[in-house]
Amino acid sequence: MDNKIKVGWFSFTCCEDSTIIFTELLNQNYKLWLSKINFVHARIFKRDDSQEIKPMDIAFVEGAITSDRQEEKLKKIRRQTKILVAIGSCAVLGAPANQRNFFNQRQLGEIKPILEKFRYKEKVLKVADIVKVDEIVPGCPMDEKKFMEIINKYINFNQV
Amino acid sequence: MHDPNFDLTFNNDNFDINLEEISKIEGAASLSIKIRNKKIEDLRFSISEWKRFYTQAVVGKPIAAVPSLLSRICGTCSNAHLLCAIEAIEKGLSITPSPQTIILRKLLYYGLIIRDHALHLYIFSLPDYFGKNSILDFDEKDPKEHQFLDDAFSLKEIGNQLSIIVGGRSVHAPYPTIGGFLKLPTLDQLKNLLPDLKNGRKIIWRLIDFLKENRWQEKANFPLIFSALKSLDFSFLEGKIYTSAGQIIEEQDLRNHLKAKIIPYSQARGFLFDGQYLMVGALARLNLSKENLHPSTKSTLGDLLSIFPSINFYDNNLAQAIEILHAIDQSIEMIENLKTINPEIPPKITPRKTVGVGVIEAPRGTLYHQFFINENGLVEKAEIIVPTGQNQIVMEKGISQIVERLLKENASKEKIINEVEKFIRAFDPCMSCAAHFLKVKWRQD
Repeated sequence: MDNKIKVGWFSFTCCEDSTIIFTELLNQNYKLWLSKINFVHARIFKRDDSQEIKPMDIAFVEGAITSDRQEEKLKKIRRQTKILVAIGSCAVLGAPANQRNFFNQRQLGEIKPILEKFRYKEKVLKVADIVKVDEIVPGCPMDEKKFMEIINKYINFNQV
Repeated sequence: MHDPNFDLTFNNDNFDINLEEISKIEGAASLSIKIRNKKIEDLRFSISEWKRFYTQAVVGKPIAAVPSLLSRICGTCSNAHLLCAIEAIEKGLSITPSPQTIILRKLLYYGLIIRDHALHLYIFSLPDYFGKNSILDFDEKDPKEHQFLDDAFSLKEIGNQLSIIVGGRSVHAPYPTIGGFLKLPTLDQLKNLLPDLKNGRKIIWRLIDFLKENRWQEKANFPLIFSALKSLDFSFLEGKIYTSAGQIIEEQDLRNHLKAKIIPYSQARGFLFDGQYLMVGALARLNLSKENLHPSTKSTLGDLLSIFPSINFYDNNLAQAIEILHAIDQSIEMIENLKTINPEIPPKITPRKTVGVGVIEAPRGTLYHQFFINENGLVEKAEIIVPTGQNQIVMEKGISQIVERLLKENASKEKIINEVEKFIRAFDPCMSCAAHFLKVKWRQD
């Protein structure tokens, strides 16, 4: 267990398509990956009772940031990980989760009560607007080849 | 994340449960329960996804762009939103897809049903049956756990490959479009899927056999309506809406029966059906149209189908497993019967002012898209109703039922949390879908 790379998988505001692609990539890679990776945070796979973000070698972050609470959590993730990878279009570019940033006055007027009631941020932000990003995997959903390149680059992280 | 021990003054009569982010479901949901004098004083099941305002963003967009945009509402259900939006636009513009297009759409969809139900059953729910936190914790030295671990990824891959071959990708498929497909699979590519599909029958049977031997019980102790789209071939894509109250409803009339209920603490709205509790999804479909399952599926299942109709919420898991077998059997038959793939090109679209409604059975239940389209082919208004929204109220009611029962049984707080999480997972809720929409009038209803 100690030699396994510590990985976190986090989803913010998005459709979680890259999470789904990741679970499909597991179909053919799970034997290797499970022997090399310890998922310390991954809500898609396991219950997570911890109150705090645990130390990680790599954090994969999917989705855009649309609330102050999300921003705080992202900063905690950054503090606890050696490498932060922004995954998919919403994390890398902010879009399409940020489509309200481009609404006209009429559209903004219509969504205003919701934004205020649930205390949304004024603008939706991409991950790099808030924290340093080490690697990106663009695409909607994420580019599988690029993701595999990054996994292969870091999977023996602890042996390097 | 949640901490069942966060309150310092726990006793059996008064305590709070606060699950901030329920795990192993699609998207973010939370639950808070306040117990006072061994009674539920307050219970709130809420969808905590942050909205992305798709029904607002789609306004002004050309119809050709709408299906692929709306598929981004949800990663796992993306091809359901894609095909539902296509259907709504085609119906609005009186475009009739070719028989080949209909076959390919069904194959694409069976791929979705296989991989999406498998994700839920193996990755999300199966650990509950084994008392494990995660399928990744399954013991490779235990023959049964090892088998299920392998089965999980093998079966998902079969659905994944079927979707990739037909649609170009299993998530946000790029080939399906209004009127047809932008790119077609070859006959060989489809025929090559047959060995794996046939192997998939054996894989899913192991799960069906396990679930029928491990049938958890939580029967609804309140009246509720089951509702689902029903077609002779149980295709998920065609037919009329049938209900357990005996109604038969045309697609375009469904909206008249669904009454939105604003839930102030949730990012999504719930729905009642003609004022009654509503449940949609695999259990509803099996309750209403088990006779339309593929003949091979029915023959394999035999007497097992006699448990439907069922009001046991946990039978939703068994119903999903049965639907995977059906999707495999349908796919095998359709691919075996294919003699050629004709080089069809989607028709040119001539826009006009119209209203289009599409209704399909998404993996988690009935999905409704409605578009008001203007003479330039731009969307003027849209409404989308997703399964998890329809199930939200009955889920909260079911959670109350479970907690009340467990309180009478003097169950521990940890036991209550576990049972409630298991129950929520059995519904297979999809929060990404549920929080897509815009609703402004909080005081309505």
